[in-house]
Amino acid sequence: MLTFAVLVPLFAALLLAFVPVGHAAARAIATGAAALALLALVVTWIGGGEGFRAVAEVPWIPELGIAWRVGVDGMSLALALMSALLFAVTTAWPMEDLPDARAYYAWMAFLAGVSIGLFVTLDLIVFYVFFDLGLVGMYFLIGRWGHGEAQHAALKFFVYTLAGSLLILIGIIALALNMPELTFDMRAMIGSPPLAAAGMVPGLVFLAFVVGFGIKTPVFPVHTWLPPAHVNAPGPASALLAGVLLKMGAYGLIRIPLQMMPETFARWALPLAILGVVSILWGSVVAFAQDNLKRRIAYTSVNHMGYTVLGIAVAGSALGSETARELALTGAVVEMIAHGLITGALFLIAGAVWQRTQDYHLPNFGGLAGPAPRLAGVATLAAFASLGLPGLAGFVAELHIFVGAFGVYPWLAAIGLLGIVITAALFLGMLRQMFFGVTPPERAGFADLTGLELGLLAVLLALVVLIGLWPAWLLGLVDAGGILPLAGAEG
Amino acid sequence: MPIGDLAPELGVLFTALAVLLLAMILPQRRHGWCAILAIAGLAVAAILAHAMAGETRLTFSGTFAIDGATAWARLLILGVTASCAALAPRWFTTDRRHGEFYAMLLLSALGAMAMAGAADLMQLVMGVLLSSVTGYVLAAYHRDWEISLEAGMKYFLMGALANGLLVIGAVLVTGMAGSTDYRQLSGSIPDDPLTLTGLVLIVTGLFFKLGAVPGHAWVPDVAEGAPVPAAAFLTVVPKIAGAVALYRLISLAPGVQTLSLLVALVAALTMTLGNLSALWQEDLRRLIGWSSVSQTGYALMAVAVAGRTPQALPALLAFMGVYAVANIVAFAAVAELRGRTARNDWAGLIRVRPGIVCALILAFLSFVGIPPLAGFLGKFALFTATLDAELGWLVVVAIANTALSLFYYLRIVGPGVFGVAPESGIATLGGMARGTLWTALALLLAASVTWRVLWSALPGTILP
Repeated sequence: MLTFAVLVPLFAALLLAFVPVGHAAARAIATGAAALALLALVVTWIGGGEGFRAVAEVPWIPELGIAWRVGVDGMSLALALMSALLFAVTTAWPMEDLPDARAYYAWMAFLAGVSIGLFVTLDLIVFYVFFDLGLVGMYFLIGRWGHGEAQHAALKFFVYTLAGSLLILIGIIALALNMPELTFDMRAMIGSPPLAAAGMVPGLVFLAFVVGFGIKTPVFPVHTWLPPAHVNAPGPASALLAGVLLKMGAYGLIRIPLQMMPETFARWALPLAILGVVSILWGSVVAFAQDNLKRRIAYTSVNHMGYTVLGIAVAGSALGSETARELALTGAVVEMIAHGLITGALFLIAGAVWQRTQDYHLPNFGGLAGPAPRLAGVATLAAFASLGLPGLAGFVAELHIFVGAFGVYPWLAAIGLLGIVITAALFLGMLRQMFFGVTPPERAGFADLTGLELGLLAVLLALVVLIGLWPAWLLGLVDAGGILPLAGAEG
Repeated sequence: MPIGDLAPELGVLFTALAVLLLAMILPQRRHGWCAILAIAGLAVAAILAHAMAGETRLTFSGTFAIDGATAWARLLILGVTASCAALAPRWFTTDRRHGEFYAMLLLSALGAMAMAGAADLMQLVMGVLLSSVTGYVLAAYHRDWEISLEAGMKYFLMGALANGLLVIGAVLVTGMAGSTDYRQLSGSIPDDPLTLTGLVLIVTGLFFKLGAVPGHAWVPDVAEGAPVPAAAFLTVVPKIAGAVALYRLISLAPGVQTLSLLVALVAALTMTLGNLSALWQEDLRRLIGWSSVSQTGYALMAVAVAGRTPQALPALLAFMGVYAVANIVAFAAVAELRGRTARNDWAGLIRVRPGIVCALILAFLSFVGIPPLAGFLGKFALFTATLDAELGWLVVVAIANTALSLFYYLRIVGPGVFGVAPESGIATLGGMARGTLWTALALLLAASVTWRVLWSALPGTILP
């Protein structure tokens, strides 16, 4: 079933690459593929189960212990579901005047298959394959359909993140070589973590993973590829970059260093937590200073992923009570889901603004609440969710992370809280600049969201509200306790 | 004399002579038949080589090693030579000496095969010289084009120096150790400064064949100036042979840590220099030339860990094989577009010639090692072997270089995909060149799927 969810979008991409179809048909095929993948994942979800479920394995290179292994636990299933939903929504998002529409949708479908594949695979080499292919897909999406300095941004994105992924490759090989028998099976490594002893080598391998995944997440100071990539990418691609691709970094951080090297992680948890807090503050302060709508949202991604990293670091610290660590990990995973939905929506909104005005400069806007009440409504809801208003998904996540963090690193948690205040200020400022005050004359004929755009955003935001009001189903699905015990046992 | 042991080499030799005679008989416009004959001869030699693939022994009084490494090198060299021959017919249509090109190509391939199988210093020198002398001619085959002449001249001057050093090295080692025979040298190489100097000189001579620092300067010139079929040949075939010969030589002196360290340092230098020089190239062929230097650097990682991990030899052969195929794809794409080489001329080309540009992109991504292309599996094998031998710093240098290399490949890919399409129609070469492009691309793509079969067929040990 999981293999099906990966292959359907990939086949759709292949189909679109070779069969000449029109714009509408291409969009329908790509959206349909993402929807089918989502359906397959939902079926897996309904099937239920404990630990890794829906496992399947096909040998690839048995001599090297590499195989096509798929299977999900609660965390990866939740992330895969979120990704598939976001892909369905962003692919369906109307794009007018799109050159080479067929190629665009082919890359979107390709990226959908690759991203879902990354979350559902249980083999480290297959994981790496999808990790890199995601870069290739995003490179072409930004470079071809972006605007402004698109080629330059795409190049920076690709080279920067490839450097990170190669570090991950070294780490993966080092882990596999230290297994009793050469294998890249994640379950085997989680079951008997290699490189458990203290010393140089585990520390260096851990460093390689942190830098590699840190670039992707992104964590301060290796986040600088993110703003140009976001600003110049087309709206739906930005939504995917923030919503899905950044999650690959945080997911990897949990899956590999936290689960496969718990002892080393515990030794280095404090520096990682500090990095998380620095990202929280840096992201929010820099975002506050931006006049460019998309750049502002992009930096809030740095801020939000900082919460996630803080949560992960707390979870792996082997300090404090087990409850606190479990809370922090739950918060980190929920933050990933919530950020995917909320920031996905925000970037789609930014894309809608760009399609109407070809402009992101905030001072050029104002009073749009009058001509565009629907846009104002969804933007306000998304912004409130992003700044962590109670009753919305962001709040649930941040509450868990901070409650957990106070149990382990109270001082860091207190400093991190500042980030929430700044984020609130910057989103409120953004809403004021865009939707209230005097409408500049050149924005006179601003068109509101179409029914389709509103509907797509409503799907994302409905989930945000649902998670905010009734998070129990998601918390149960994530099942942080099932991820942690091995890490916690050493505490 | 067990003449049958050299059947593939003899096949190539006789084919070269037959091609030469055929070129004398046929009128110039029919010289394309020489290509057919050459490819047929190479195919026969490949069948003979394949039939001998399972054997492991020394032959001709211990001067020639027949083992897994030789078998793979033979097959690779024959295959690459055949694809280069297939690129040539339409390229040389107007060349007066069209037919002789194939004879020269075959003799150069013969030199490479002799080098790869050499189990004796004299035999090694002979192979290197045959491969070099023919190489100079191939590089300068466009006599009327000064860039081609310059490439040939540079190749010749550097080659003369390097081969001179190689011969001096062979003399020193022979003098000190008392034999040229690898069997007798093996493990009993005296550990004194003079022998070590000799070994270093021999290794330096092989670095020239491989295009590694300090013998690298000819590679970009040859890639740019030599006729594209010859450039495709010269950037790969001497490299395959040189890599196997170097591996054989390094394995002789497992105790001499200096040599392994030297190779590791040269590997790091070569990949870094190749990549840095490729960064701002405006000429595609020159860029491929510099990238070929950096690929040599990666391959040398496997030589540096020779004997310290069982995966070293398979990794070397796997990486070289994949690199050879991807390199053929890249040069075939250039040949198919009639040598189109300025970076600006590739802008927007994907809208006019999507297939060719996609082939080039796939070859480049394979060079970088983007999974699941075979280039990734080759690099993966290299990294695994090097990490297994605890040479972590070398792997770190290699990944920094890999990320760097992506930058200059994308300088071609970016404009090619995102640029504005050229107005006029783009002429292509067609014929066998086009066939070679698609065949090599299909091989490259198939390699990832069939990796398991290839990997388990690779030899783990080398003679003697």
